[in-house]
Amino acid sequence: MTTMEKTANVPEPRAADGDGTPLLQVRDLHVEFHTRDGVAKAVNGVNYSVNAGETLAVLGESGSGKSVTAQAIMGILDMPPGRIPQGEILFRGQDMLKMSAEERRKLRGSKIAMIFQDALSSLNPVLSVGYQLGEMYRVHQGLSKKEAKAKAVELMDRVRIPAAKERVDDYPHQFSGGMRQRIMIAMALALEPDLIIADEPTTALDVTVQAQVMDLLAELQREYNMGLILITHDLGVVADVADKIAVMYAGRIVETAPVDELYQRPAHPYTRGLLDSIPRLDQKGQELYAIKGLPPNLLNIPSGCAFNPRCPKAQDICRTETPALAPVTERDGAPLAGRGSACHFWKETIHG
Amino acid sequence: MAETAKNEEVSDVVPSTAETTAEVEAVLDAPVDRGEPILQVRNLVKHFPLTQGILFKKQIGAVKAVDGVSFDLYKGETLGIVGESGCGKSTVAKLLMTLETATSGEVFYKGQDITKLSGRALKAVRRNIQMVFQDPYTSLNPRMTVGDIIGEPFDIHPEVAPKGDRRKRVQELLDVVGLNPEYINRYPHQFSGGQRQRIGIARGLALNPEVIICDEPVSALDVSVQAQVINLMEKLQNEFELSYVFIAHDLSIVRHISDRVGVMYLGKMAEIGTDSEIYDHPTHPYTQALLSAVPVPDPAAREGRERIILTGDVPSPANPPSGCRFRTRCWKAQDKCAEEVPLLAVPEVFAGKKTLAAHDSACHFAEERDVVHAA
Amino acid sequence: MPEKTLPHETTVPEAVSTAMKSGAGKPRSLGQDAWRELRGSWLFWSSGVLLVLFIVMAAFPTLFTGVDPRQADLRGHYLAPPNWSHFFEADWFGYNGQGQSVYARTVHGARASIIVGVCVTLAVTVIGGLVGMLAGYFGGWVDALLSRLTDIFFGIPLLLGALTLLQAFTHRTAWTVSLGLATFGWMQIARVMRGAVITQKQADFVTAARALGAGTGRILFRHILPNVIGPVIVVATIALGGYISTEATLSYLGIGLQDPVVSWGVDISAAQSQLRDAPHVLLVPASFLSLTVLAFILLGDAVRDALDPKLR
Repeated sequence: MTTMEKTANVPEPRAADGDGTPLLQVRDLHVEFHTRDGVAKAVNGVNYSVNAGETLAVLGESGSGKSVTAQAIMGILDMPPGRIPQGEILFRGQDMLKMSAEERRKLRGSKIAMIFQDALSSLNPVLSVGYQLGEMYRVHQGLSKKEAKAKAVELMDRVRIPAAKERVDDYPHQFSGGMRQRIMIAMALALEPDLIIADEPTTALDVTVQAQVMDLLAELQREYNMGLILITHDLGVVADVADKIAVMYAGRIVETAPVDELYQRPAHPYTRGLLDSIPRLDQKGQELYAIKGLPPNLLNIPSGCAFNPRCPKAQDICRTETPALAPVTERDGAPLAGRGSACHFWKETIHG
Repeated sequence: MAETAKNEEVSDVVPSTAETTAEVEAVLDAPVDRGEPILQVRNLVKHFPLTQGILFKKQIGAVKAVDGVSFDLYKGETLGIVGESGCGKSTVAKLLMTLETATSGEVFYKGQDITKLSGRALKAVRRNIQMVFQDPYTSLNPRMTVGDIIGEPFDIHPEVAPKGDRRKRVQELLDVVGLNPEYINRYPHQFSGGQRQRIGIARGLALNPEVIICDEPVSALDVSVQAQVINLMEKLQNEFELSYVFIAHDLSIVRHISDRVGVMYLGKMAEIGTDSEIYDHPTHPYTQALLSAVPVPDPAAREGRERIILTGDVPSPANPPSGCRFRTRCWKAQDKCAEEVPLLAVPEVFAGKKTLAAHDSACHFAEERDVVHAA
Repeated sequence: MPEKTLPHETTVPEAVSTAMKSGAGKPRSLGQDAWRELRGSWLFWSSGVLLVLFIVMAAFPTLFTGVDPRQADLRGHYLAPPNWSHFFEADWFGYNGQGQSVYARTVHGARASIIVGVCVTLAVTVIGGLVGMLAGYFGGWVDALLSRLTDIFFGIPLLLGALTLLQAFTHRTAWTVSLGLATFGWMQIARVMRGAVITQKQADFVTAARALGAGTGRILFRHILPNVIGPVIVVATIALGGYISTEATLSYLGIGLQDPVVSWGVDISAAQSQLRDAPHVLLVPASFLSLTVLAFILLGDAVRDALDPKLR
């Protein structure tokens, strides 16, 4: 009834597609919201890319723009009040922001799918689970009702919902939180998309169930060789499944790194502060390190580096000049693959 | 279901003999020495009836949210209570606050059973036991200013602060929790989550309580703000000699702040002990599974760490399994577990041994296993 | 993925809207925020201007016309047509079948309509509000009793109930008509109130007040009421228009206000037989009636938008 395993090693990052184009590439994306209090700048020039079979974790706190970026990729931002003043979202090299609504709708679900935090409100309460799972096949592939239902059972089996055949006609509220999240995953997987965006997929779940769902997600991703964008605020969840990490703050990426390196040697004071501020499970610590101050106000982002009012290392330059995401190197200048930091003082941060 | 066995962690209750309201109030306001038990919970039970019918309600069962929980809280310490959703930890908080009426069992505050108090005596309890809520967005009345929110305790208990002093007291409280005292006329919706939680803490502190029940006080906050609030709570504890019952699902935070930790599963306490006993020497399989499932933000420490992945979900508290409630998800379960309810006591294998594994654990087959540290 | 499964219908994402506050800025109550919102709303201003006009008309009709609405000159003015260029003069909207100035009668008719509308709304808000609050807060048998009572009254159509009750009065004034309407009109407010109170009484801040030792009165009036009054005001404002038109309907049916009270309903009723010969006699009071009702409904909408917490 219970499985035990040593933690699997981090999967090897897979190479990009044959032609070298990443599966998804976000370039200089900006998103703003026009509210009556002013313009809230939620995303301010985000760049990232994901390859097939790769897991990118986007880490950030509320208001960092991590979810808004994902919604922009999915094309589910409410516009207005949302607006994308500049930027590109390239899916297999094609800019999705220039596509027609119909073209984007076709991509959604069949090529890019999303998993939400709250599975209960994401499922329609008056339709059976089987019907909702089958809908993907009926709408996108034109299968008959019976065929679609058979496919639904197959999917439920695949995400390891016990007694799938008997439960296919049940309604969402009859499932537990963990099972509902599995159904969400099944729905996202239905058309075997190339890319899955998971927005805090396990935040609402209990710890013991979290582990089950994360493992399932990672396994299915390997099996289908999908790209996965995992959006989360939980440094622990990220450590378990991600290949590379992008840390966001006030609508910008402040640091990128392969998963192991980020935890060992953060190159941005914000990342370092975050890591230092989580208590440890395996030993009792002294007073916690706390990042001082408040999360930034999106209506009024500090000039220069947005983190400067909270940063222990801030100098005058930090208040005037916005640092670009610069490549991070070893002390001797040897390049560190995949690492970047948007801090004027990244050298001091990583090399002490 | 009777859990009569005396267990060693739990101290003897010396019931108060107070009878009149004035006597009870005197008992409640009497000082307690550091390290002495201030709150003693005995066989606390809360069943929520499940009813059918609109006009003539018929009871068809009960959700056994809390089903026989006992523990002590000592003056000046923090007792962490962890568990998954539905384990009854939030109901325990409400029972300690007498916001819910216990089905049976007692909560002794300084020897006085508070579950059966009412009127002025109950109001005196409220002065001494306060609460910090989980959601900083819903726990503050959006129509009241910060000054009114933090000052409300003084309106309800006018004896604590004379009228002329109140504004000053509110500003002092704002200062104590690290907010600008000039914010007194602002409204909650003008503040961020962390600031709102500070307002909630200030309200909880207003009456100089001795015990604060914290129900997931930081789980709605951002990581960088969590640490600030935790540090603030620790600072306040030292400053005002507060005793905390700290209810949370985040095991790392609970370890950080707690002196002792209780693990709850499906309405019962599975294991209780000092932080090191629970985290470094867990003997209950559920604790072990829970600890091993915590994602650790350190890929290096994660390598070689043992992980126990439980299958299935928590059973419904309306119809809990017989015997040991964890047996349906336990890999050690045997026939005995279905027949006999394991008592919360030091397991026989460890009895009398000088090891940290010798602490209360409600398992027939208790066994020490380190799941937190890398092998 | 089918569109309907996407949960993001809200406008500004929550994470973004929460990242817009920091305790900085001036103290602003929700009421002040609502006012800021209302200030920029054309709905509010257009309905507000209309309502102010009607209310001034009701309070000081002589500001608008010096002509006595009851003064009849059958021989000289029988159904005389309007003279659209004679602003604010007795013959602006022509004369009715009794040779009375339609303009003067319409101006003076506003008072009865507004009095009935406001009185009924106040009465209904108090009765319905109290019933709903008690039912919602105490629950149990109190709720069962009050809710069934509400249901019973819901079964009686407002118009039919008022008709039957008012029949008992031989002499009917604006006050008796208000009483009749209020008796059968409070249920909607009671329901809205009950629902809102049930939601709010579970709010953490109410629990927090209980934990502090607050009594029932404080919890109800200091914590719950201020948080539920918004939707009730909206419903009441929209309903106000409805009461005015119901009053007109009653008067039209001959069971509402009676001559010599000047009211739009009475005039509409009197004008029906001459609709073909002199449509203006009916259309002028009818348009004023519709405009007043519309203005109240628009105001209700504007207030609802301004109080909508989702935008905040």
